[in-house]
Amino acid sequence: MPGADAEMMKLTDNANASVLAPDTPAGARLATFLGSKTARAWCYQVVLAILLAGFSWWLYSNVVENMRTQRIATGFGFLAHSAQFAIGETLIDYTPRDSYARAVLVGLLNTLYVTVCGIVLATTLGFLVGLGRVSKNWLLVKLAEGYVELLRNVPVILQVIFWSVVIRNLPSPRDAIELAGFGFLTNRGLTLTVMQQHPGWLITLYALLAALLLSAGLSTLARRMREQHGRIVPVARLRAGLIIGLPLLAWWLSGAPHALNQPELRGFNFKGGFTVSPEFTALLLGIALYSSAFIAEIVRAGIQSVPKGQLEAARTLSLSPWHVIRHVVMPQAMRVMVPPLASQYVSLAKNSSIAVVVGYPELANISNTLMNQTGQALEAIAIMMVVYLIISGSTSLLMNLFNRYVAIKER
Amino acid sequence: MLIRKTFFASALLLAFTTLAGQALAEDAATTDGDTLKKIKARGEVVCGVHPARHGFSAIDSKGNWEGLDVDFCRAVAAAVLGDAKKVRFTPLSTAQRFPAIQSGEVDVLSRNITASLTRDVSLGLNFAPPNFYTGTGFMVRANSGVKKVEDLDGATVCITPGSSTEQNVAQIFASRHMHYTPVVIENNKEYVAAYLAGRCDVIARDKVALPGVKNFDAEKPEDHVILPGIYSKEPLAMAVRKGDDQWFNIVKWVVYATFNAEEMKVSQASVDEQLKSADPDVQGLLGVSGDFGQKLGLDKQWAYNIVKQVGNYGDIYNRHFGPQSSEPLDRDLNNLWTDGGLLYGLPIR
Repeated sequence: MPGADAEMMKLTDNANASVLAPDTPAGARLATFLGSKTARAWCYQVVLAILLAGFSWWLYSNVVENMRTQRIATGFGFLAHSAQFAIGETLIDYTPRDSYARAVLVGLLNTLYVTVCGIVLATTLGFLVGLGRVSKNWLLVKLAEGYVELLRNVPVILQVIFWSVVIRNLPSPRDAIELAGFGFLTNRGLTLTVMQQHPGWLITLYALLAALLLSAGLSTLARRMREQHGRIVPVARLRAGLIIGLPLLAWWLSGAPHALNQPELRGFNFKGGFTVSPEFTALLLGIALYSSAFIAEIVRAGIQSVPKGQLEAARTLSLSPWHVIRHVVMPQAMRVMVPPLASQYVSLAKNSSIAVVVGYPELANISNTLMNQTGQALEAIAIMMVVYLIISGSTSLLMNLFNRYVAIKER
Repeated sequence: MLIRKTFFASALLLAFTTLAGQALAEDAATTDGDTLKKIKARGEVVCGVHPARHGFSAIDSKGNWEGLDVDFCRAVAAAVLGDAKKVRFTPLSTAQRFPAIQSGEVDVLSRNITASLTRDVSLGLNFAPPNFYTGTGFMVRANSGVKKVEDLDGATVCITPGSSTEQNVAQIFASRHMHYTPVVIENNKEYVAAYLAGRCDVIARDKVALPGVKNFDAEKPEDHVILPGIYSKEPLAMAVRKGDDQWFNIVKWVVYATFNAEEMKVSQASVDEQLKSADPDVQGLLGVSGDFGQKLGLDKQWAYNIVKQVGNYGDIYNRHFGPQSSEPLDRDLNNLWTDGGLLYGLPIR
């Protein structure tokens, strides 16, 4: 590292030259350093950190000591024990014989599932309503305004309970509302007819992914041709053909599976098909619609933040309305929108814990049971806090990265 | 930057967790005799009860707490303070009940708690003798055609989280190789409402609490059927914190006193007359002779006050589950041992 060393030397030389005479003794130099602003700031920070750590340690040991004298079990050893309770909805295999740790994992996955679905739904609705608010159509503007005012001013827990009650009052499975062959709507949820499981479907899915990748590559290639060589290569039809044709070919080659998995009423409930549970639906609608109202406002603010001159200039260039939005308005609006969007996503993830009141088995709900069965409330709450912190932290991190991507790039 | 942020958040989290723990531990260090002193200074017993369980603890139309669990709180107050009215009732959800007793927020839990090894050993609790024996029961809609538990394969079951019922149901179905979908809702009203609205085929609960749902919560009681048979052992008992043996003894002997009084035929109606009894056991119970009250750290009228103001076990049971009550229930296991039940008061001597 000769380069770095030389750099250092130069820096210290400069510092010495500016602050001290070259022949100052080491002791005096140190004293001056200690008297400097940076050193003091460092000292404060270190002292604060030590105090904070000491305080935390004191609190922690106090709790442990008290729990010990009260003979309340502590520690996380219980996580390995058999959970002994069933969970209604699981994304991975789970039986009551599995460990508490696995039960927590089931809850965590359900939290992530409802959060991701919620973010997609809230963002889609939020963008549509936000665009509606800035449209030129008077009716659309008023409808969007009503939507926002209604949904963001009612507490989210009430909205979740509202949807839960609405779903509960749907007919029972025996009097199910039939959705023209697509499935059934009952107070046990929405049961949909789906395709019978077949390896061919997975192959088709892979083919679709491959086609999408290829098509993205083609589009990049075409753009480079246009930018560097000024040659326009028409690839739109090729791309469309690829996206439709490749999966179709894969499907046909893997035996053209077409058997349906139709739900039918057997015993208490519908067997077969794919069921979206009432608890999930109530929770999803509650938290996603609530957030969508805020997102709509963020979108409106973002769009209105783009100077009017930009729009006029774009129209003068006779860009189509779609191109105006896609290439002029959105890139600039995004910069304003991304930071507040991130905090909406984080709050949506945290709102998912409202599941406790409607009974969707996500993290908070499972922790509740766990806390009760083992009595180790502190540990269960600590697990929950750490998990929510990680979820919120990684959401912010992802959004920060995205923000860097859309932010103004100084060239 | 991000690392620093994460570090700071973790430090805050740690501080917060420990702070919460600190609150929990603040007046947790109990020593012998502390609880009684505190109650006497405060002038009332703080009793943790179920928020709404007909027959055990529920608020009646006049705004008074009533039920078997509630009466046992009153019995404790009568023994300790000489006045059954000096109780403050704290309704607790299933999730709140254990932290509430551990933290010292309540002096005693009289809240339909099943005594079991894990709870006894690792929750820092001591259980008084069971004052009600029951087990998991099931209720279904009459038109479902279900006649017995074995017909329930594939059913959706409404349960509260963390109750021993949740574990029982898992076992009952597993041992019969049947499947079910649990719907677990913490709020007691909400989960009953979910069953009544048809979200679940079955509601699983301590069997003794099912008539309450059928007769009070359901619109038409005749639409619902309680399945025959009782599954699992649920001995319901009061609980206190570990560490104060004197207080544990008091609660324990309050329960025994109600059993013994019934066995000696000392009832609310006859207690004054019985003061003149020549029977040394009755004299000892009512404090006419002996110093049993003092031994517990109470006055000698402790048991007299219980029977006079609240009643013996039979009085309490009949008030809530007797033939004249709104939901009559066979005494069955909850009879005295002399009548073929399980209630056996250790002798007061």
